[in-house]
Amino acid sequence: MPTTYDIAIIGAGAVGTAIARELSRYQLDIALLEAKADVGMGTTKANTAIWHTGFDAKPGTLEARLLRRSYALLEDYVEQAGIPTERLGGLLVAWTKEQYHTLPSLLERAHTNGVTDVRIISAEEVYALEPNLNRGAWGGLFVPGESLICPFTLPIAYATEALLNGATLKLNFPVQNVRQENGLHVLTGPGGQTVRARYLVNAAGLYSDEIDHMLGHHDFTVTPRRGELIVYDKFARRLINHVILPVPTPVTKGVLISPTVYGNVLLGPTAEDLDDKTNTATSAIGLQSLLEKGRAILPDLLNEEVTATYAGLRAATEHKDYQIRLHAAQRYVCVGGIRSTGVSASLGIAEYVAGLLAKAGLPLRPKGEFKTHRMPNIGEARPRPHQQDDRIAQNPDYGRVVCHCEKVTAGEILDAIHSPIPARTLDALRRRTRAMQGRCQGFNCQAAIVDILARETGQNPEVLLALDRGHMPKPLTLTATDHHAEEGQS
Amino acid sequence: MTTRKTDVLIVGAGPAGLSSAIALKRRGVARVTVVDREPEAGGMPRLCHHTGFGVWDFHRLYTGPTYARRYTQLAKALGVEIRTETTIVGWENAHTLAYTSPEGTGALHADAILLATGVRERPRAARLVPGYRPRGIFTTGSLQRFVDEHHLPVGQRAVIVGAEGVSLSTFLTLQKAGVHVAAFLTDLPHHQMYFPYAPGKWWFVDLLHRTPIRTNVRISRILGLKRVEGVEITHTGTGQREIIPCDTVVFTGDWIPEHEVARKGNLVMDTGTRGPQVDAAFRTSEAGVFAAGNLLRGAETAATSAQEGRFAAQSIAAYLQGQPWPERRIPVVLEPPLLWALPNSLAPSDAHQPGKMDFRVGQFVENATVEVRQGRRVLHTQRFRRLLPNETMHLSGGWVAKINASGGAITLRLSD
Ligand SMILES: Cc1cc2nc3c(=O)[nH]c(=O)nc-3n(C[C@H](O)[C@H](O)[C@H](O)COP(=O)(O)OP(=O)(O)OC[C@H]3O[C@@H](n4cnc5c(N)ncnc54)[C@H](O)[C@@H]3O)c2cc1C
Ligand SMILES: Cc1cc2nc3c(=O)[nH]c(=O)nc-3n(C[C@H](O)[C@H](O)[C@H](O)COP(=O)(O)OP(=O)(O)OC[C@H]3O[C@@H](n4cnc5c(N)ncnc54)[C@H](O)[C@@H]3O)c2cc1C
Repeated sequence: MPTTYDIAIIGAGAVGTAIARELSRYQLDIALLEAKADVGMGTTKANTAIWHTGFDAKPGTLEARLLRRSYALLEDYVEQAGIPTERLGGLLVAWTKEQYHTLPSLLERAHTNGVTDVRIISAEEVYALEPNLNRGAWGGLFVPGESLICPFTLPIAYATEALLNGATLKLNFPVQNVRQENGLHVLTGPGGQTVRARYLVNAAGLYSDEIDHMLGHHDFTVTPRRGELIVYDKFARRLINHVILPVPTPVTKGVLISPTVYGNVLLGPTAEDLDDKTNTATSAIGLQSLLEKGRAILPDLLNEEVTATYAGLRAATEHKDYQIRLHAAQRYVCVGGIRSTGVSASLGIAEYVAGLLAKAGLPLRPKGEFKTHRMPNIGEARPRPHQQDDRIAQNPDYGRVVCHCEKVTAGEILDAIHSPIPARTLDALRRRTRAMQGRCQGFNCQAAIVDILARETGQNPEVLLALDRGHMPKPLTLTATDHHAEEGQS
Repeated sequence: MTTRKTDVLIVGAGPAGLSSAIALKRRGVARVTVVDREPEAGGMPRLCHHTGFGVWDFHRLYTGPTYARRYTQLAKALGVEIRTETTIVGWENAHTLAYTSPEGTGALHADAILLATGVRERPRAARLVPGYRPRGIFTTGSLQRFVDEHHLPVGQRAVIVGAEGVSLSTFLTLQKAGVHVAAFLTDLPHHQMYFPYAPGKWWFVDLLHRTPIRTNVRISRILGLKRVEGVEITHTGTGQREIIPCDTVVFTGDWIPEHEVARKGNLVMDTGTRGPQVDAAFRTSEAGVFAAGNLLRGAETAATSAQEGRFAAQSIAAYLQGQPWPERRIPVVLEPPLLWALPNSLAPSDAHQPGKMDFRVGQFVENATVEVRQGRRVLHTQRFRRLLPNETMHLSGGWVAKINASGGAITLRLSD
């Protein structure tokens, strides 16, 4: 591992991991630094998981442009990397006369944004597509490109490819301070550990403004905008065929009802400005308001069981667009304010940021070979291991169901624990396999899974269960040559 | 995928499934196959490491695991084929179920199918309790697995949500794990824990008596980012809030049938029990498909489930011998505060088998009269000094003979 990197990226969400992957095409030493114990643990894991076309983005913005570009890039990438997706299409429903009259302008906006297959449909067509919707729709806008994507697999896939192509990932490494020394950025992490790099990318999500301050800039302030969601049981999946979108307002895209690639149905999100960047708690008021909205759109939804509730925080700023800025003299790019479309725009953002870095003098010399990686499938659209006789014949653990609700097998759990970016926490396992995400929420399988995880990783169950109060997670450095994590080394 | 044939296929090797298999064998059915997704047969009692099992069916007091083993051994001795680690994943057609197992995928075809897949408890999310999602949130079932199956650490100080029979069993499990219980919570005006008969365990009974039981409160929030740090409770009458510090919360009771297989087969479901709709002979809406045990209505004692399994075996045997499937059923409809009834549909042929009808209410009701009607005709009234929530009440069933077989729905309600 080098002592000085060509470039350091702060934050391993969808955005930071996509940037690391993009830069790993070139002959560069890359360090990806993440405060949490795994990649994709910030806003990237708590959103509505829609692969947006950008049809409703504000024309002329960077967001609109990058979403469009990203959409095209993702079409190839999700196939190559095996990211679960479902190309269902979105149905924006107008429930009032006023909303109905805004459809033409939304159509025009979509066309301006280059999303040309959008069309206005009648109320009859709305009900032909979605017979279970509540009565009273005036009509709608059909957006064939709006799709579902797995926001859990995506950042892991990006980061894995970055690693396979030489990048270094440091987990449990919150950057506490950034200073400049001899033309290098010196990033200080826990216990005074430092990382030195010639170039710096700030992809710290909710904390991107704070990192930006450390570099002397005050261009924007992040105000966390909480979005609460309810996940409904898989039996709700048969109620809808598309992403059911509301007519957006300037403040929010509104409450939608959407299937997930795991076969559930999401209802949400709410939109509420907070001042606490850690407040991912759900609230009684939020959940109640969702139930009311859900009942108004799809009455039968409320007869199904709730599988989970969660909340995510959008990195909203005082500006209407992404806050991506190159500070060429500082060899620094800030990637902030990626508010509500960052999963979809990730590949577009990555390509754009690489371009900015090149402008600031970072040499982008392609490597001879770029290694790709295919992720285990956790989506419903493709066969899962328990459905594949050839895989079970190879390894009976693929027929040994541990998580019954989600049909996750022992084989998949072991694979995740021993993958290039190994699952070392229950949450990491949950996002890699779906285990404990189902209708019983791990109540049947959690104990068995804690057992397996503790055994396979040599960790104390008390740590996995957060019973060990004094426990401070040690930084963990991962590279592809060395799957086995080295604890506490920099 | 290979398809194998059997006479009766039973899904779920708990007390209901195993007792039914045993009864079928005793009635001379040649091939009875029981599948279970767990590594061992026995069902829920396998995880209940306390006594209280077997009095009705074996005339002995057993612990859960011993009881589970007794049923399993008996079934095996009679030649029941038991396949564990075999998960039913769906239906190939009306009489063929698809499974996955370490030996591969496959399908089982049977003349008759009995679903006995048991229950699960509604977890925190399904109860819409707001707050963070830290570690340290359990249900009775997951707690038992932590303590008795995997011997994992639980915590130091727990709050038990619920104050009924199963909450008491949770208290016991927490004691064993060395966890102090800070309080029981219930939104009802009274608790329903009948302090156990525990010879020589006075210290335990004493401890229980000293544990606060908070009535008329509901859990309104969970605190703690990584690990539970406390719960906020709200008084249902005054709206007053209070925080109880704890590192563990156990949600008890609030059962929901494990109805995945039933629903995947598009069986008609009952909105009250959330299990498949059955008539008095445990017949579902699909010819040749039966259901029994906790799948029908949430948790009862193991003996109740086992008994249902045996009754279901009677009807399965009759069906195998050619008894026709009822062509129509009369639905049983309830008015609040009645929650559910079982059977929740009646076939005209049931008119000749007066049994009893089980039902539950959602609140305490003093001096109640339950009225059974068909249309305007009152078939039966029965007085109860007290109706209790979380407990199954029984209506005598002589009135079933008075049903008009071609008439409309049967209504159950409280009359004033
Ligand atoms: C309710 C909701 C719904 C949404 N729906 C969608 C949708 O349907 N489709 C879509 O495309 N987008 C959606 N989004 C937006 C999308 O989730 C975000 O835009 C995207 O996840 C942002 O990714 P990120 O990498 O910028 O941020 P994050 O995922 O938050 O990643 C930032 C990372 O930086 C780390 N970090 C922060 N500070 C430091 C530090 N000092 N040192 C080291 N690491 C640090 C954090 O731990 C975190 O892992 C939604 C968002 C919300 C909240
Ligand atoms: C904490 C607790 C304490 C209890 N204490 C007592 C007590 O003291 N005395 C008493 O009499 N009763 C007690 N009970 C109740 C008793 O355990 C149940 O009533 C009884 O187990 C119900 O039997 P069953 O056969 O209906 O379901 P279960 O025992 O739940 O069996 C259902 C089986 O179906 C299997 N299954 C489900 N879906 C599938 C599928 N798709 N494919 C394959 N297999 C599947 C499951 O793995 C399970 O083994 C207690 C219950 C609990 C939770």
